[in-house]
Amino acid sequence: MYPYGKMPTFTNYKEWYPYVSPHDPCPPMKVKTYSTPPNLYLGFQPPGLPQFEIHEALHRGTLWKALYSDYNKKLPH
Amino acid sequence: MWIYEKRLQYPVRVSKCNPRLAKFLIEQYGGADGELAAALRYLNQAYTIPDKVKGLLIDIGTEELAHLEMIATMVYKLTKDATPEQLKEAGLGDHYANHDKALFYHNAAGVPWRAEYIAAKGDPIADLYEDIAAEEKARATYQWLIDMSDDPDINDALKFLREREVVHSQRFREAVEILKEERDSKKFF
Repeated sequence: MYPYGKMPTFTNYKEWYPYVSPHDPCPPMKVKTYSTPPNLYLGFQPPGLPQFEIHEALHRGTLWKALYSDYNKKLPH
Repeated sequence: MWIYEKRLQYPVRVSKCNPRLAKFLIEQYGGADGELAAALRYLNQAYTIPDKVKGLLIDIGTEELAHLEMIATMVYKLTKDATPEQLKEAGLGDHYANHDKALFYHNAAGVPWRAEYIAAKGDPIADLYEDIAAEEKARATYQWLIDMSDDPDINDALKFLREREVVHSQRFREAVEILKEERDSKKFF
């Protein structure tokens, strides 16, 4: 599927846990997340990567499966 | 020269009458990291960037104009049938006082678009790093808009636009790789 070396594995999100003070005025959001899309990992795009079928590509906004990054509404933690 | 195609890059549907969302979306119309700023930034930098990557800047700058049209269409659809009273309730009274329902290049807080939002340093690496940052900031803006919107059709189009920012960032990163490549070096991809 990926003839030109290994596609680096990565996750689309990272989590971190900010300090929660006993004196915070609002109920704490214990987990914060941020987006880490595939363009941070791919490097120079190698030839021959797998593609989406054309209608799916037009819908998703990219032809390349390796470049697709999903984003869903942030849910309260 | 440009050729205009009389359709949107991606269909824009709106499922709910929600003028307040238009107020937020205008950030991507006339904001610092919006589509107008993006288009003008790349199309202007393209003149003085090495010709190996000039085409990329023109292509992406052109696509940003297509995105600008999509945002304009969303804002227009969300506001065209709202009464002045509804616009006031949605926080758009200030806008109505000046512009009626006309669109204007300002951000979500009503600050007019400024040329200082874009840079052209003339140094190819500095300019491309600015472009990468601009794409990541626009991606983030789309995330915050998706977080605030409960309109599934708008979110569908916003997700498409967010993905395009990811792809553009990738291409600008590749442009840096092309420009920093040593002569006679072996291509190993």
